[in-house]
Amino acid sequence: MSNAVVERERELRADEVRRAGEVKRLERRDGWKRRLPILPALLFTIVVTQIPFLFTLFYSLTDWRIDKPEPREFVGFENYGDLPGDKFFRDAAWVSVQMTVMAVLFSLIVGTLLAILLDRKFFGQGFVRTLLITPFLVMPVVAGFMWKSQMFSATFGVLNWIIELFGFEAVEFATKYPLASVVVVLVWQWSPFMMLIVLAGLQGQDSSVLEAARVDGATSFGIFRQITFPQLRPFLELGTLLGAIYLIQVYDHIDVVVGGQPAAKNLPFYIAQRSIGGGNVFGLASAYSIVVVIASIILANIGLRVLSNLLEDDS
Amino acid sequence: MALFTRAPKAEPILGQNRMVAALLGVATWIIGLTFFFPLFWLVLNGFKSELDANSSPKLFFEPTFDRFTEVTEETTGLLSFSEAFGNSFWTVVPSTLLVMLLAVPAAYALAIRPMRKWRDVLFFFISTKFLPIVGAVMPLWIIARDFDLLNTRTILIVLYTAMNLPLAVWMLRSFFAEVPKELIEAAQIDGTSLMGQIRQVILPIVAPGLAATALLCVIFAWNEFFLAVQLNPVEGSTMPVWVASQESGRGNFLAKLSAASVLATLPVVLAGWVAQKRMIRGLAMGAIK
Repeated sequence: MSNAVVERERELRADEVRRAGEVKRLERRDGWKRRLPILPALLFTIVVTQIPFLFTLFYSLTDWRIDKPEPREFVGFENYGDLPGDKFFRDAAWVSVQMTVMAVLFSLIVGTLLAILLDRKFFGQGFVRTLLITPFLVMPVVAGFMWKSQMFSATFGVLNWIIELFGFEAVEFATKYPLASVVVVLVWQWSPFMMLIVLAGLQGQDSSVLEAARVDGATSFGIFRQITFPQLRPFLELGTLLGAIYLIQVYDHIDVVVGGQPAAKNLPFYIAQRSIGGGNVFGLASAYSIVVVIASIILANIGLRVLSNLLEDDS
Repeated sequence: MALFTRAPKAEPILGQNRMVAALLGVATWIIGLTFFFPLFWLVLNGFKSELDANSSPKLFFEPTFDRFTEVTEETTGLLSFSEAFGNSFWTVVPSTLLVMLLAVPAAYALAIRPMRKWRDVLFFFISTKFLPIVGAVMPLWIIARDFDLLNTRTILIVLYTAMNLPLAVWMLRSFFAEVPKELIEAAQIDGTSLMGQIRQVILPIVAPGLAATALLCVIFAWNEFFLAVQLNPVEGSTMPVWVASQESGRGNFLAKLSAASVLATLPVVLAGWVAQKRMIRGLAMGAIK
């Protein structure tokens, strides 16, 4: 091999390396160019939603009470140690679980049935859909008040008026069945939301597949079970996910309908009550919050896995 | 996959028998009216005298506008109707504008010219919605107090922006993903600038999606109560707090409270009726696009 060839070879390689470096630099610059538009939103979200949690974490290690003058003392994990023994916290956690599961499940069932009923031509279809959507748009405070004083109430309530019509004794629902009362209002508000999501799924069905199945002599129920339901699954999952995100944090309905009776007091309500709602034990309440956040992160991971499957499916 | 375009109409799931179809239509109407009934009753109560409202349920009565004038003119409470309405308006509108200002470029970076690992970033946005707001409300209250932001609209504008941003990014991404890549490439080959591409190609396609997203943000911000009552319980506060404050009055004020509720709910219900199809399309598209 002559010197010239080796030289040439080396040059070529150097050129390649240079070019690769150039490409990488361009790519990197392009990468930042692509990333730039998202940075403001990202920074805003990090500052407003993540930093307060660091403060909460710090508070949770102190004995801070807002009604006592500073200094607050560092107490390590003492607050967390108190936690398992707090019956009210355990009760609130159990209420949270029951309320979220019931509200999500029932709204999903009612919403799916409504969507199936609506997904057919009949007189006034658009109007009935509008009627059915409306509860979702109503301010939660108003929804709560409305159900409490004009539906559930033993004296002025329409429900009790009907019950008495049938000769039964009137019931003060919100006092006697606080948890069920709150769930009823939540289901009334969230079924329309689930209905709309399922409706989008039903209407996105490929009609030629349904036609083919029908030609092959499939029954309505068979078609639903084997074609429609698998196609609806991502929509049902999406509904569950979005519903759970909002329903786990319910506060307004509880405040208005039952005003924090222990039987219907969920974790957000209990924590708010113990801290800025007048309880003033910021250190302890912060520890509660951190536990709730950790539980939420675990649940969120499960939820995000579902979501990631949803996003993978199409790509 | 094109939602809401179903040119030969898919057969409905339930029965093809005409009789069954008619019965199901009637059943759907009855269910629809039942769902709406509490709201119908609310409006009715708003037009009653207190005497009529605070008795066993009455369908027929002499309607009056007095309750509406009472609640809008009264200024004895912590905040009057017009103050609360103004506060709501000047909280909801700036926060929604801010959301769109932040979310539109973000959606661009997630859908049109996707950055690397865009899925992880989208997940991060959504994951912030999983964190219970109650875990952040104490530090927020203290930060707001230290910066003299308690009872101001500013703190609510910032927090409502953070509250709606993930949802807006999620919805807008799916609308932006609908823009055909070929159109953008064609514009690039024609030498159209970035701004030109956005104005001429992208915006016309995503405009309805932008409107639907903004409306959903307006609805959630308008109806928000927890943060408003914790951070803004007094004069800076919004419509939900105003409605709740009407309730704490002693005595029988059912009709008055109903009138107040109708006024507080109406703007958002009207907006939702107008945007119903698009709103949900944006939400549902996120799942499949």
